[in-house]
Amino acid sequence: MTFARYLSPLLAATMLAAPVTLPAPLWAQAQLAEDEMEPVDAIIDIQLVTSPGGIEAWLVQDNSIPFMAIEMWFDGGGSIDRPGARGATNLMMALLEEGTSELDSQEFAAAQEGLAASFGFDTYRDEVVVSAQVLTQNRDEAMALLRGALVDPAFDPTAIERVRQQVISGIEYDLTDPDTIAGQTFNALAFGDHPYATSLDGTVESVSALTREDIVAAHRSALVRDRVSVGVAGDITPEELGVLLDDLLGDLPVADVPLPEPAEYSAPGGIELIDFPVPQSSVIFGNEGIERTDPDFFPYFVMNEILGGGGYRSRLNQEVREERGLTYGISTWTALSDYIAMHQGGFSSSNDLVAEAIDVVLAEWADLAENGVTEEELEAAQRYMTGAYPLRFSGNSSIAGTMAAMQADDMPIDYINGRNERVMEVTLEDIQRVAERIIDPETLQFVVVGRPEGLEPSN
Amino acid sequence: MFRRLGLIVGLALAPLAAQATGQVSDFTLENGLQVVVVEDHRSPSVTHMIWYRAGAADELPGQGGVAHLLEHLMFNSTDDMEAGEFSATVEANGGSDNAFTSWDYTAYHQTVSADRLGLMMQMEADRMRDLVLVPEEVETEISVVLEERAQRTDGSPGALFNEQMSATYFRNHAYGRPIIGWRHEIQNLTIEMLQDWYDLHYHPNNAILVVAGDVTPEEVRALAEEHYGPIPASPDIASVESRMRPVEPPQNALRRVYYEDDRVANPYVSILFPVDDTLVDDVRSAATMELLRAVLSDSDFTSVFARELQIENELSLFAAAYYSATSLDHRPFTLLNMPVPGRSLEQAEDDILAVIDEFLEDGIDEEAFNRILFQWEASQIYAQDDAAGQAQSLGATLTTGFTVEDWENWLDITATITTDEVMEMARALFAQDPAVIGYLDRPAPDADETEEVSQ
Repeated sequence: MTFARYLSPLLAATMLAAPVTLPAPLWAQAQLAEDEMEPVDAIIDIQLVTSPGGIEAWLVQDNSIPFMAIEMWFDGGGSIDRPGARGATNLMMALLEEGTSELDSQEFAAAQEGLAASFGFDTYRDEVVVSAQVLTQNRDEAMALLRGALVDPAFDPTAIERVRQQVISGIEYDLTDPDTIAGQTFNALAFGDHPYATSLDGTVESVSALTREDIVAAHRSALVRDRVSVGVAGDITPEELGVLLDDLLGDLPVADVPLPEPAEYSAPGGIELIDFPVPQSSVIFGNEGIERTDPDFFPYFVMNEILGGGGYRSRLNQEVREERGLTYGISTWTALSDYIAMHQGGFSSSNDLVAEAIDVVLAEWADLAENGVTEEELEAAQRYMTGAYPLRFSGNSSIAGTMAAMQADDMPIDYINGRNERVMEVTLEDIQRVAERIIDPETLQFVVVGRPEGLEPSN
Repeated sequence: MFRRLGLIVGLALAPLAAQATGQVSDFTLENGLQVVVVEDHRSPSVTHMIWYRAGAADELPGQGGVAHLLEHLMFNSTDDMEAGEFSATVEANGGSDNAFTSWDYTAYHQTVSADRLGLMMQMEADRMRDLVLVPEEVETEISVVLEERAQRTDGSPGALFNEQMSATYFRNHAYGRPIIGWRHEIQNLTIEMLQDWYDLHYHPNNAILVVAGDVTPEEVRALAEEHYGPIPASPDIASVESRMRPVEPPQNALRRVYYEDDRVANPYVSILFPVDDTLVDDVRSAATMELLRAVLSDSDFTSVFARELQIENELSLFAAAYYSATSLDHRPFTLLNMPVPGRSLEQAEDDILAVIDEFLEDGIDEEAFNRILFQWEASQIYAQDDAAGQAQSLGATLTTGFTVEDWENWLDITATITTDEVMEMARALFAQDPAVIGYLDRPAPDADETEEVSQ
C-alpha cells in the first residue's frame, strides 16, 4: 500500500495544484454509487465468456491498443471479517503484493515492474477487488505472477508487521480527518451491530491484535471462486480469456463463511454534533434509500439527480452554493450497498455558515416531499442522464470495472439496452410518489463535525 | 505517473496493432490560437479544452487569487448567456464540464458527444471575450472560494505546511503565493481587478485549444475557424517574454520551517533542493531530473527510498521525492520522509540525507534502471486508453514552455538517457545545500501538564 491518499494535499500543491470549480465527489465512498456503476454505451458489444472450467466473465474485446484490463470483484469484502478480527480482510489484501512462497516482496515487485504490469488489491465493504492492466506481449507472465499473489501469498511475518504499521498510521490519520469522522459517526448511528457500523480498516486495537492466522483465514474466506464477478476489456480473444480464467482463478477454494444478513437502519434523525477543532464543519446527512430491484428505483434515481446529483443545476447546488455561497460543493448520492440502500449527501461549510446551510437543506427536503419536481426539471435531468450515459465510460480499465460491478450487483447483461428507456419512462407522478415515500425532513439524520455556531444537537 | 508520451519507438515493445488512437496533429489559426488534436475513435465522445497561458504566478502583488476567482466567474454571465447557462447547456447535452487554475495556466474543459463539439466551441468562444462581471455574482463567488480555501487548505495541516514551505522557498517569484490566494487577499479582490485580469489575458493568441476524441483534424479546423476564428488577436500579447516573471536570486541561506498542528497524525520532514538553469534547461535535462526522481522513489518496493528507508531498515512509514518538469519556471526538488513512530523528525532528516549520500556512492542498479525505462515506455500504451488524459498532458506541457514536438519526443529522448547522466545530475543537485527544511509536527505536550505530572 502507499500513503498517497494521506498526503494528497501535499501532492496536489507540490506537483500540480488545480483548484476546480465544481467539486469532485465529496467523500470517497465505501461503496460505489449507482452513477459510478453505470453500464457502458449500447454500442459496446459485451460477450459472455465461460471458461472450460466454468468460470464466467464479461468481455469487451478491442485490439486497438495492445493491452487488456481485468477486474475481479469477490463478494464478501470487509463485511465478512470474523468476530474479533476486524480489519483482517483489509490487512490481508494490502499484503497480497508483498510476495509469494517463491518470490519475496522485492522480487515480486521487480518482476511486476519488469513486465510493466499494474495490479490493484482493494477492500470495500461488500467485496474485495483485484484489478490488473497487462501488456499483450507479456500477458501470460504477468497473469502467472498475479496468480501467485492470489493463490500462494507469502504473508511473511516481517511484511505483516510493516504493513500493519502502515494501516495503523492510516487509521490514526482518519481520526484527525473531519470528513472521515462524520462518515464513521453516521455509520455507527445507522447500522447497529451490522458490519457496516464500523470501519473495515478496523481500529488501532483490533489491527494490533491480528495474528498471521487471522490473515490466512481472511484470505481463505475472501478470495473464493464461487463469489467472483469478472470484467475484461481490451486486446484478448474469448478463447484466450477462457484459458486465462481457469489458470488464474481455477485453484481458488469455494466459500467457507456466510455473507452478512441485511442491515437494519437505526439512525434516529436530527443533528448529531461532534466537537472538533476545525474552522469548517464537515456534514454528512442521509436516510434509507431504495433498492435497485424496487419498482420505484428509477424514479428515485432521477429524483436524486434533480435534488443533489453531481450536476450544476441540482437544487442543492443552486440553493446552497450558487445562491448563497455557503459551500464549495454539495451533493447527494444513491448508495446501493448489498445489505441496505441508503440515500446520502454531504458538504462542508465554515462554522459560522453551517447552520444556515443545514436550514437550506431541510427546506429543500420539505419542499421536495410536498411539491415534487417540475416538468422542466424532470426533462432536464432525463436529457442529461440519457445523454451522458454513452459517454460515461471510455477506456479499457473503466469498462472492465463497470462490467465486474454490474455482475456483482446481479444486473443482467442486457441491462444496458433498456436503461435509458427506463429513465425516460419516469413521470412527475412517479417522483411525487417516491418523494412522499422516502423524503422526510423529520427523520433525516445529520452528522456535523466541527465547531458550528448556533447549531444545537437534536434527538 | 509520467504521461508525456508521443509516438511509439519500439525498443523492447511490440508495435501498436492499429493506429486507431493517439494520432496528434497541430496547427495555428490566423488569430494566433494554437490548436492540437488527439484522435481516439473508439467511442463517440470528445474532450474540448481551452488553456490560457495565464495563472496565479502572473498575478500582480496584492491580487493573489484573482486568476482562480475569475475561473469561477467564467461560469456566470456573458452578453449571450445567463449565469449558469454554460454548465446547464453542457448538462442538457449529456456532457460534463469543469475548469482548473494553476500557477502557469488556467484551463476549461467539457466532455460531450462528438457531434456537440461545435456547440462547446460556440460557448467557449463567447466567454473568451464577452464575459459580464456582475457585482452580486462576484460577491457570492468570493464566498464560495473562501469555502473552497477552508476545505482544501485551512482544513489540512499538510496543505498549510506546504503553503509555508513554498512561501519560504520562493523569495522573489510568485510561486511563493498559493494559487487560491491568501484568505485576506481573496476577501479584498474587486471587480476591477477581475476585469483587468480578463482583459489582459483572455485572447485567442494567449490560448491553446486541445481537442481529444472521435474527431479528425479537418473537422476541428473547420469548427475552430468558424467559432474562434472571428475573435481578433490582442496586440498586447507579444510573445512568451510577456510572461517574464521575477527571477529568483541564488539560494544561499538554509531556512527552517517548523509548523505544528494538533491535527497532524503522522509527522514528516520535507527538504527542498534548489533547481535552476544550471541543472535543467531543456527536455533532456528535465527528463533526466524526472528519472532521478523515479529511481529514488517511484516504486513502493524497489526504489532507493522504499528499499533503504521502508523495507530493509524500517525507518520510515513513507518516503518520496517530488519533481515536475511541467512548470514554466523552476521549482525545487523535494524529499519527504515520514518516520516510523518513535523516530524523531531530526532522525528522519538525517536518515533520508544519509540514504542520498549512500546513493551518490553506490550509483544506480542498471537492471532497476532498465525496468523504469521499460515501464515509462509501456506507459505510453496505457496512456492511449485515456484521450482526455492525453489532452491534459499536452495542455500542461504547452503552457509551461514546451512544444508539441517536445511532447512527442520526450520519451525518445528519455530512452537514451544513461545511468551516468542521472548520477551526474544527482551529484550536481545534492552537492548544493538544501534551501528549506521543514518539519510538520504535532505540538509538544503542554508544559504545565508535564509539570503537574512530574510533581
